[in-house]
Amino acid sequence: MMAPLMNLKETELCLGLPGGAEAMESSAKSCIGNKRGFSETVDLKLNLHSNKQGPVDLNVAGAPKEKTLIKDPAKPPAKAQVVGWPPVRNYRKNVMANQKNSETEEAMSGGGGGAFVKVSMDGAPYLRKVDLKMYKSYKDLSDALAKMFSSFTMGSYGAQGMIDFMNESKVMDLLNSSEYVQSYEDKDGDWMLVGDVPWPMFVESCKRLRLMKGSEAIGLAPRAMEKRKNRS
Amino acid sequence: MTQDRTEMSEDDDDNSQSPPLDLRSAAIADHCSSSSSSTPNKSRNCMALNSQTFPDHVLENVLENVLQFLDSRCDRNAASLVCKSWWRVEALTRSEVFIGNCYALSPTRLTQRFKRVKSLLLKGKPRFADFNLMPPDWGANFAPWVSTMAKAYPWLEKVDLKRMFVTDDDLALLADSFPGFKELILVCCEGFGTSGIAIVANKCRKLKVLDLIESEVTDDGVDWISCFPEGVTSLESLAFDCVEAPINFEALEGLVGRSPFLKKLRLNRLVSLEELHRLLLGAPQLTSLGTGSFSHDNAPQSEQEPDYAAAFRACKSVVCLSGFRDLMPEYLPSILPVCSNLTSLNFSYANISPDMFKPIIHNCHRLQVFWALDSICDEGLQAVAATCKELRELRIFPFDPREESEGPVSELGLQAISEGCRNLESILYFCQRMTNAAVIAMSENCPELTVFRLCIMGRHRPDHVTGKPMDEGFGAIVKNCKKLTRLAISGLLTDQAFRYMGEHGKLIRTLSVAFAGDSDMALRHVLEGCPRLQKLEIRDSPFGDVALRCGMHRYYNMRFVWMSACPLSKGCCKDVARAMPNLVVEVIGSDDDDDNRDYVETLYMYRSLDGPRNDVPKFVTIL
Repeated sequence: MMAPLMNLKETELCLGLPGGAEAMESSAKSCIGNKRGFSETVDLKLNLHSNKQGPVDLNVAGAPKEKTLIKDPAKPPAKAQVVGWPPVRNYRKNVMANQKNSETEEAMSGGGGGAFVKVSMDGAPYLRKVDLKMYKSYKDLSDALAKMFSSFTMGSYGAQGMIDFMNESKVMDLLNSSEYVQSYEDKDGDWMLVGDVPWPMFVESCKRLRLMKGSEAIGLAPRAMEKRKNRS
Repeated sequence: MTQDRTEMSEDDDDNSQSPPLDLRSAAIADHCSSSSSSTPNKSRNCMALNSQTFPDHVLENVLENVLQFLDSRCDRNAASLVCKSWWRVEALTRSEVFIGNCYALSPTRLTQRFKRVKSLLLKGKPRFADFNLMPPDWGANFAPWVSTMAKAYPWLEKVDLKRMFVTDDDLALLADSFPGFKELILVCCEGFGTSGIAIVANKCRKLKVLDLIESEVTDDGVDWISCFPEGVTSLESLAFDCVEAPINFEALEGLVGRSPFLKKLRLNRLVSLEELHRLLLGAPQLTSLGTGSFSHDNAPQSEQEPDYAAAFRACKSVVCLSGFRDLMPEYLPSILPVCSNLTSLNFSYANISPDMFKPIIHNCHRLQVFWALDSICDEGLQAVAATCKELRELRIFPFDPREESEGPVSELGLQAISEGCRNLESILYFCQRMTNAAVIAMSENCPELTVFRLCIMGRHRPDHVTGKPMDEGFGAIVKNCKKLTRLAISGLLTDQAFRYMGEHGKLIRTLSVAFAGDSDMALRHVLEGCPRLQKLEIRDSPFGDVALRCGMHRYYNMRFVWMSACPLSKGCCKDVARAMPNLVVEVIGSDDDDDNRDYVETLYMYRSLDGPRNDVPKFVTIL
């Protein structure tokens, strides 16, 4: 059993210059603390452990992860998605995703066009675009965003969907517990917390999405609740 | 049968070879005292004719008339190297120009050299950009090309773009500048919407081909189908399956009705089966059809369901079939009447089970090109092997494209195909389990293979029977498939696999590597051993500075090198950039204000005649 594992270690993905494992670890260590680059923010592999020591842990923890895979095939492994792998084009993935949606739900009425909005995440070096019309609910959107920006956690936010903005303490709990929350810019140009209106209304009014740190979003919450009160 | 680029586009690469001096022009060059002659006297000597008595312009006229028959750009490139006179005449007579990397030269250089271009084929972003390995807004803008050509080539007829960023303004300029414009083909492009398409439809009165393939087209709410002018059109091909916007069906029906030359029609999934039925009855001359949605609303409009089979039966000329979005399996048998004529079938967006599939494929004896999802399972592949003896190209895509998915196809399917389809030339195969034995079998049974792309979706996965790396399988492919020009590898691979590639892969032009190899030696084998290598794309493999330096004698002869998530240092990349001034060395995605950060996230380098580009986004650093 050891021989294949050693082999895996040789081919293990890690940062740093080629050389022995020690050399790898030390140069990987020197990368910690520096601003993360493109693949690090998006590659969930480095975030298997909640602390940011990603590269070092990967070397060590990688092998046992494989072991778990073989030992317990019934339990699906927590192996996360690597960006762009398997190499299936986005176009194809989107088509299949669309079809899976319409297979399980009523055929989408062909009305209206796409609702493309830009999505930015604090700390990520680039934006993505999503078509809100491709999703049926906040959960769908959360899942898709999670895949796209795999390094953020949503806590229980995504599962809930709509937030009860009347309940201030619940909102505060949420913002304190999640690493990132979804906020959006509505038609009026105000930044609101995602989840304050029914899904169809959200699709109509959302102009832009931003995944921001929970701590920063605290500033949004009171305004969001104000606006909600004014709307209803 | 000529391969039609617009039939199926997914990574369909150009099949022509790189242009070394071939023997013929080398022989001609031998006659000259020097092949790169620059004076009229010397060029006259190059002619094997009685050249002293003929003045230059007469000779050039003769040459012009002769060179007009040269179509292949490979031949033309060779001819242009003979001497200055030939270079000049070739430049005057080349009507179709292919540019494999839009940043290899500036648009001005194109228009300065070639004066009578009617057709441009242009490629932009590197292929790995399709897999989110590159941030958006990297570049590959069509704008500078269209604006330069607008002034230089008013007679332009055809533009074929792949992975370019095209805006509505670009399309408007195109429509305005080229009155004789005939063919617009946009493959994997983005940046435009239905409003741009509407302008083209409306203003390009001689339009024959409008093919939008796997492009991202925003829905601007414009009814572009209605923008085609009244009266009989010249349309021969209309493909809009990637346009996710509803279509004015009456207008489409009218358009098809007044397009007597229309041979190829690819609908989007917002055209219903019923509507397709009406279209087919009105266009029996179609040879290539992409269906829209292949399902029915729960509440059909009419009492009695239309006879779809009859509609297909009326299409005696259909040889290429695709689409089948939102497939309801019970409607699949309606295509049976055309199955025996089919040479090309694309089921790759349809989740079809083996039981649904077998009765259909059983009739497709003439099939040459077949794309499908792995939902047809090994059983379905066995059926293909049993029936499709003429099969040249096979692509099996994963229904569930995740690493940990089930994987309904395996080495059994591959083995069956290798035994049944001996004429196979090109294969793309996604699977979760594979064995060396099956790959070796394919290498022995299918000597005509030019493209072998195997994607074992689980990273570093060995032969699942023997537990060994997949070295021997891929080794056999490069050894036995003597015509191999394109290779994509996967699974657990050691340096040995690369040693085989370097030793035997003498015709390989395109190589895709991911999560493979043990050390720098692997890449070194390939860089030193594969003389025809043009396009090298590598990700997440342990190749570093030493390996990069091994290729310095090669990079000017390659179209590009992509290396992402490999242990390269910025210092080494800078050295390469310094040593090779005509190489543009792009580092994508790393912070340049952090000088301590020596790590290179993504390296993309390519030769360029006009230096680094001037539209570099913030996240790209050119060394």
